[in-house]
Amino acid sequence: MKLRLLPRITGWQAISTTLILAGTLAAIARFTYGLGATTNLTDEFPWGLWIGFDFLGIGLAASGFTIVAAVNIFHAKEYEPIVRPAILTAFIGYLLVVLVLIIDLGRPDHFWHPLVMWNPHSVMCEISWCLMLYTSVLSLEFAPIILEKVKITWPIKWIHAISLPLMIVGVLLSTLHQSSFGSLYLIVPNRLHALWYTPLLPVLFFISCIASGIAMILLESLILSRGGRELLSTHLRANLAKIIAITLAVYFVVRVEDLLARGALHELTTLTYYSVAFYTELLVGFVVPFALLLSDRIRTSRLGLYSATLMVLAGFAFNRMNTAITGLEVYPTQTYFPSLIEIFIMLGITALGFTVFSYVVKYLPIFEAVEEAGPQVQQEAATGRPEPIYLTRDDGGMESS
Amino acid sequence: MLIDLTLCMGCNACQAACKEENHLSPNEEKNLSLTAYTALNKYSDVYVRRLCQHCDVPTCVSVCPVGALVKQGDGPVAYDADKCIGCRYCLQACPYHVPKYEWSSTKPRIQKCRFCAPRLAKGQLPACAEACPVGATLFGDRDELLLEAARRLGAEPTKYVPRIYGKDDVGGTSMFYLSSVPFEQLGFDSRLGRVPLPMLTMSALSKVPNVLSVGGVVLGGIWWITNRRTEVAAFEAAEKKGETPRPEEKP
Ligand code: SF4
Ligand code: SF4
Repeated sequence: MKLRLLPRITGWQAISTTLILAGTLAAIARFTYGLGATTNLTDEFPWGLWIGFDFLGIGLAASGFTIVAAVNIFHAKEYEPIVRPAILTAFIGYLLVVLVLIIDLGRPDHFWHPLVMWNPHSVMCEISWCLMLYTSVLSLEFAPIILEKVKITWPIKWIHAISLPLMIVGVLLSTLHQSSFGSLYLIVPNRLHALWYTPLLPVLFFISCIASGIAMILLESLILSRGGRELLSTHLRANLAKIIAITLAVYFVVRVEDLLARGALHELTTLTYYSVAFYTELLVGFVVPFALLLSDRIRTSRLGLYSATLMVLAGFAFNRMNTAITGLEVYPTQTYFPSLIEIFIMLGITALGFTVFSYVVKYLPIFEAVEEAGPQVQQEAATGRPEPIYLTRDDGGMESS
Repeated sequence: MLIDLTLCMGCNACQAACKEENHLSPNEEKNLSLTAYTALNKYSDVYVRRLCQHCDVPTCVSVCPVGALVKQGDGPVAYDADKCIGCRYCLQACPYHVPKYEWSSTKPRIQKCRFCAPRLAKGQLPACAEACPVGATLFGDRDELLLEAARRLGAEPTKYVPRIYGKDDVGGTSMFYLSSVPFEQLGFDSRLGRVPLPMLTMSALSKVPNVLSVGGVVLGGIWWITNRRTEVAAFEAAEKKGETPRPEEKP
C-alpha cells in the first residue's frame, strides 16, 4: 500500500519541505525580533491566528478520545482498526498545538510556570494542565506502538495494566479542555460578537469537536484506504457518518436555540460582515453536510463522504476562526489580518504535522490491523491485542506479507 | 480613589506626576500606553481620566494562569513580571482594556498603573492624587469615598447624573467616577453590568470536579457493562461450539 502511495507523496514532499523551512525561518525571526515586529498582534488584538490554529488542531485531534472511548470503553470493537490512527493523529495534533502555544507565548522560557504556579480561577491554567496531562496520556497510549517496533516488550505489560484508568482519564481530560477552549471566551462578553458569545460556548465547543474529530479520522481512513485495501468497511464508515450527522444536528439545534434564547437572531436578518461569516460557518460546516449525510447513498459512497467530511472540517475551521478572530473584531473596531510570519509559522507547523504523520505511518505499525483483515482482527481486538502480531514479520512493517 | 469629572479641567498634572513617579518618558499622551499608566480622554468639554480600576474582583487576576497579577488587601492589583508567561489573556479579558504589552521586546512584560503601591506602603498619597490641583482625584478609604460621592450627588442632584460609576460595576472597583454626562457617552462600556466577569468563568470551571468524578464513574460503569456483554457473548458463542472460551484479558 505504502509503495503505491509513495510517488504521490513526493510532490507533497517538496511542498512540505519548503513550508517547514519557511516556517523555521519565520520562527527564528519571531524569537529574534519579538512578537511586535513579526506579528500583527496589538494591545487591542492580543490573540490572533495562532490561537485559532490551536483551536483547530485540538478539535481535529478530538478523534483521539472519541474513538478510544468508543472502542475500549463502549466496546465497539469493530472500529479497532482506526484506534491507532486516531491516537497518532491526536498525539501529533497535541504536540503541534503545544509547539504553537510556546511560540505564541511572550515568554516561552516561562512556559512551565502554570504547572508550578497555580491559579484555579484561570481557564488558561486548567487548559495548560489538561494539555500537559492529556499529552502524557497520549504518549503512554502511543508508546506501545513504538516499543513493539523496537521489541522492548516489558513496559507494554505495565501500560496494559493501567490502560483502562488511563483511557478514562484521557477521555475526561479531553472533555474538560475541549470545552474549556470555549470557556476562554466566557469572560469577554463585551468583546465577542453576540453571534458567537454565549454562556454555552463550552458546550458548543465540545459538541462540535466530536463531529470534527470523527470527520477527521473518517477522512484519514478514506485517504489511507486507497489501493484496494479498506481500513473500514463501507458499513462502518456509513455508521461513523451517521454519528457525525447526529452530532451536527444536535449542534445546530443547540446553537439556534441559544441564539433564540439570547435574542441574538436579529443579528442575522441583515447582511453584515458578521452575519455572512456566521452563515458561511453554519451552512458549510453543519447544515449542508448534515443534509448530505442524511442520504444513504452519500454515506456509502467514497466521494460523498470525502466531500461531506471536508465540509465538516472546513465549517469547523470557520467556526473556530470566527470565534477567535472575526467575532472579536467588533470591539477595537479595527480589523486584524495575520502577518506573513504568523501565516508561515502556521503553515510550516501544519506541514510538519503531515510529514511526521506520513513517516510514522511508514515506519510504525499504525495500520497493522488492516493487514489482518478477517476474523482474526475481531479475535485480537476482543482480547485487547495482548501480543504484537507482527513481531514475526520482517522489518518493513507496512509491506503485506 | 474618587474621580469627579466635573472638577477635572484637563491640566494633565496627574499624568505628569505619574510619569515622574514611574520614571516614564515625560511627553504628554492622550491614551493609555506602555509609557502612560494614566491618560485623559477628551469628550467635548469633559475629560475622563483612564487608569487601571483596581477592580475588587479583578478579571485580570482571575484569568492569569500563573497568578502573576494579584489583588492586594489594601487595593492595588500588583503584577509580577517574573511569573508572567506572556499569554496576554489579561489584555484580552480586562473590561477596561488597561494592560499594555511590551510588543517590541523579546522578554515582554505587562505595563499598567500600580496604584503607587510603594507610596501607599509609606503612607503617602498616590502621585496623581497628590498632584491634582483641584482635587478632582481624591484618595481615601473606599467606604468613606463612597459616602463622600453620595453626599455630592445628594447636594447637587441637578449637576450630576445619579450614578457612582465603579460602586458596583463589574463587581465594584477602587476607582469611582462622578459625572454630569451619562457614562455611556464617555466611553464607559454599558454592556459590562454589575456581575464580576470572573463569575462567568466560574460557572464553567466549578463543574470541573463534577465532570471528573461523575464522568469517571459513568465511564467506568459503561466499560464494565459493555465488557460484561462482550464476555457473555463470547461465552455463549463458545458454548454453542462446545468448547471453553479463551480467558478474557482486560484491555
Ligand atoms: S481594570 Fe483591568 S487591569 Fe485593572 S484591575 Fe480591573 S481588570 Fe485588572
Ligand atoms: S500576560 Fe502575564 S500577567 Fe497577563 S494573564 Fe498572561 S501570564 Fe498573567
